[in-house]
Amino acid sequence: MAIVKFNKKACTVNPLKMSQPVGGALAFMGVKDAMPLFHGSQGCTSFGLVLFVRHFKEAIPLQTTAMSEVATVLGGYENVEQAIVNISNKQKARLIGICSTGVTETKGDDVDAYIKLVRQQHPELEHVSLVYVSTPDFKDAFQDGWEKTVAKIIETLVKPVEVDAPRNPKKLVVLPGSHLTPGDLDELRDIIEAFGLEPYFLPDLAGSLDGHIPEDFTPTTLGGISLEEIADLGDAFHAIALGSHMRLAAETLEKKAGIPFRIFDRMIGLIPTDEFIAHLAAISGREVPNKIKRQRGQLVDAMLDGHFHTGGKKLAIGLEPDFLYDLSNFLHEMGCKIEVAVTTNDKPILEQVPIEEVLVGDLEDFEKMAPGCDLLITHAHGRQAADRLHIPLFRMGLPIFDRLGAAHITSVGYRGARDLIFKIANVFIENMHVVRPDTWYPHPVEGHASEHAPASTTH
Amino acid sequence: MSSVSATIQDVFNEPGCAKNAGKSEKEKKKGCTKQLQPGGAAGGCAFDGAKIALQPITDVAHLVHGPIACEGNSWDNRGAFSSGSSLYRTGFTTDINETDVVFGGEKRLYKSIKEIIEKYNPPSVFVYQTCVPAMIGDDIDAVCKAASKKFGKPIVPVNSPGFVGPKNLGNKLAGEALLAHVIGTVEPEYTTPYDVNIIGEYNLAGEMWQVEPLLKEIGFRIISCISGDAKYNEVAQAHRAKATMMVCSKAMINITRKLEDRYGIPYFEGSFYGIGDMSDSIRQLAQLVIDQGAPPEFMDRAEAVIAREEKKAWEAMAAYTPRLKGKKVLLITGGVKSWSVVAALQEVGLEIVGTSVKKSTKEDKERIKELMGEDAHAFDDMSPREMYNMLKDARADIMLSGGRSQFIALKASMPWLDINQERHHAYAGYEGMVALVKEIDKALYNPIWEQVRRAAPWQNPAETWQAKAEAEAAREAAELAADPAKAEAKRRSKKICKCKSVDLGTIEDAIRTGSLKTVADVTAATNAGGGCTGCCGTIEDIIADVLQPAEAVVLDPVQAEEKRRAKKVCNCKEVTVGAIEDAIRAKGLSTVAEVTAETEAGSGCGSCGETVEEILGEVLASVPRIAAE
Ligand code: SF4
Repeated sequence: MAIVKFNKKACTVNPLKMSQPVGGALAFMGVKDAMPLFHGSQGCTSFGLVLFVRHFKEAIPLQTTAMSEVATVLGGYENVEQAIVNISNKQKARLIGICSTGVTETKGDDVDAYIKLVRQQHPELEHVSLVYVSTPDFKDAFQDGWEKTVAKIIETLVKPVEVDAPRNPKKLVVLPGSHLTPGDLDELRDIIEAFGLEPYFLPDLAGSLDGHIPEDFTPTTLGGISLEEIADLGDAFHAIALGSHMRLAAETLEKKAGIPFRIFDRMIGLIPTDEFIAHLAAISGREVPNKIKRQRGQLVDAMLDGHFHTGGKKLAIGLEPDFLYDLSNFLHEMGCKIEVAVTTNDKPILEQVPIEEVLVGDLEDFEKMAPGCDLLITHAHGRQAADRLHIPLFRMGLPIFDRLGAAHITSVGYRGARDLIFKIANVFIENMHVVRPDTWYPHPVEGHASEHAPASTTH
Repeated sequence: MSSVSATIQDVFNEPGCAKNAGKSEKEKKKGCTKQLQPGGAAGGCAFDGAKIALQPITDVAHLVHGPIACEGNSWDNRGAFSSGSSLYRTGFTTDINETDVVFGGEKRLYKSIKEIIEKYNPPSVFVYQTCVPAMIGDDIDAVCKAASKKFGKPIVPVNSPGFVGPKNLGNKLAGEALLAHVIGTVEPEYTTPYDVNIIGEYNLAGEMWQVEPLLKEIGFRIISCISGDAKYNEVAQAHRAKATMMVCSKAMINITRKLEDRYGIPYFEGSFYGIGDMSDSIRQLAQLVIDQGAPPEFMDRAEAVIAREEKKAWEAMAAYTPRLKGKKVLLITGGVKSWSVVAALQEVGLEIVGTSVKKSTKEDKERIKELMGEDAHAFDDMSPREMYNMLKDARADIMLSGGRSQFIALKASMPWLDINQERHHAYAGYEGMVALVKEIDKALYNPIWEQVRRAAPWQNPAETWQAKAEAEAAREAAELAADPAKAEAKRRSKKICKCKSVDLGTIEDAIRTGSLKTVADVTAATNAGGGCTGCCGTIEDIIADVLQPAEAVVLDPVQAEEKRRAKKVCNCKEVTVGAIEDAIRAKGLSTVAEVTAETEAGSGCGSCGETVEEILGEVLASVPRIAAE
């Protein structure tokens, strides 16, 4: 059982954390024809935009209510109204996902009331769905923004269904956490479909931010789950939530449509994947397909080959809570020793990180504790620490702005875990300590020489 | 907030900023804050602008006072390089929480400064104000003052919370912070007649290093660069330079001008982009120090280096001419807004799309400037299909642009080169120009283009989206040709005012129904021109187009002459053609400066200077004859 500690600093140095609204915006980006909208000053939106553009290397739909200093004082109804009208008319968005920011939360804008008023004033916009999530910057973090947004999308847009209504025995709702990449979702889709099931991902970043070249271009999201599909989720026979922070969404869906669910806190590694596959076999009533059986064998083999290199390696990991929990346990199971675990904010799941102490802190703390470790795992901002400490950095999480392919990093399923082992083991192989004549007995030889050298020169 | 608004007011009164001086008092109060449309694509905030301007100072700790959004989502994401300290890349933020919002964040800020000084001991800490602490009334000036006193180090408040305006305002507010707290606080150990400031250069991608070695070789001493690869102490000595070069943008005009006002340091505005501009800038800088007392032979040293470098660069680029000749470049905005870049591209045989340019006639130059100055955001809303058609229409082979048009261009399978602020290549000076040409060549001749444009084996070539886009465009064109009403609707739907999103039809209707005569009328009626005011000229033309046919009929010669004389030349100072002509004749004026002194025409934004020159030319053409009689 890990204890969660907090750093005692006033000043955050080299933040690990990103703000809540950007997590919310990303969730909206997994819905088709959507436009995420920050209710706040333009700068917050611009930073969020740049963050995602640099990570995904894609044009990112994200707009702002452009609150000026005066507007923040007077309240933002007009800005919200204008933004909704413009986005509906110009960008033809069918869903506008509104996230509040620090600025508008400090003033206390009642956006729910604004939306009611907009609905009254603009009956012509009836066809546009509006979802509002309260996500002040000065509270919580990225993962929380995602969590609240997915739950709010379900609450607002899924049509209610009676518990005993007839259900589609193939239709499976998948609620992925914010730490899963488009690549992960693609892998899961493959696996689930192999069981004859039809997965509906909410949100579906694999449909929108996987870097495809779309048939039809729009200024809104380029794919993802459609509004119709969301509305009709209710007749699914089952739901799975990936990551402990997706509980809220799963429970909301259960309340709304009586869909039973199961939460998978862990998705990376042999045992978690076994459990996941067994569950799919159980709910589908099908045998595990041969292809997946073969993949399991490959993962086991990768573990055997990889453990020589991962065994005993000391790791420093800095990630958001659910990802930290999943990845650190996986690497622990590969024989690594988790020496440093830093995260963004406190969550119950952190108790189960295989370490004595998890620190809620920043990358300065991370850097200070990491010396002696063999590998750093965090997002791209770990690069400065890696440089200074001369420890290799394995980039995971978001943002990864200085490497390509961030959207396609895959770590779930047997194949994902297999490849992850190879990649990490290869980093260790590349950085293997070179053995030299003085590796084992450095002092006697050198000491002997240096003891006598000065004596001879003084003669 | 009162001190912030006072500073902002001061910035808006900047006489060196042509844009500002051209505005009425009321407009000035509103300032440069191009009011962004809610539901528009966002640009950076004033805080962003301030940070961009100051963060390149490498040995300073840059502390952002605000919630995690302001620093956490964006730190260490800029391309300013350092030859020394890397402290500027460390992200410091107070990351204020709910409690701070309720009880105030000043204590946390003070403690943060203390921690930074204890742990990192920088020569100075810059404290950036952001929106939330500004709203709750955190007084960063007071905290910085107290901390300076306590720790015996300059703690500099940068009062530029995001919501006061856009990035460019933030640049200026950053300048004000340097003027108020940094510049003039340290005396150099010695001075030379060759000491210069370079202001507005951020050393992005290391561009300063394409320039600095040459300046040093010539014999300049860069006493202070604001702010690329700068150290705190250097910036603090800027007041002892003999001359200032202000690099291209107006971002830091306030520093430049106040250095002249307060310390008598003359400046010029120049650019390091393009061979011609680079050479000119060196010459002008040399001339300024010579004017200030450096020996005239100094120019010979400058010329020698210029000649050598120009020769080398042209030779290097000539190698590319056979490969690039006749290739068409679509050049859209970005950091490299320089006429001489265009000139150099043309020199290697590239054609710039959108102009029938031979080069160097004044109109061509203006047209290209216009083309390059086109707001990048115009392309943000463009779908790849539209962009594909545009590129196809233009028959461009490669697009040079900045910003997010990147992904659209690439998805349209179009070779593309980054010339925006986050670019990874350095394009300054002679070496930089060669590098740019080389990059264009690399992008154009990459073999992937042919492959990525191919249809998949299961795809009918007529059904690729490219083919569909072409068909769509052809259909649209045919429709417009067949249906004049539709064509008219399309003509009328052209956006004139991008800030307020007003189209041509709306403006024309308003002019007709309200018989509006002035831009101000149109702005009052339609909002058009109420934003950045960049479209006011176009609106004037529209008014003329709409009104002329009707009025031309009724004018008799006397009325026509009256109307001609009543036309306002200088909108800032409201001076008419007649007044200027009369003054020239009555006082025998012969230069634009004299006209300005006499009539005030041209003393505002200065944009009417050329018109005044024309009038002067016309009048003078007749005056000597009168005098000779
Ligand atoms: S607009 Fe305000 S709150 Fe948003 S990033 Fe800029 S300074 Fe921070």
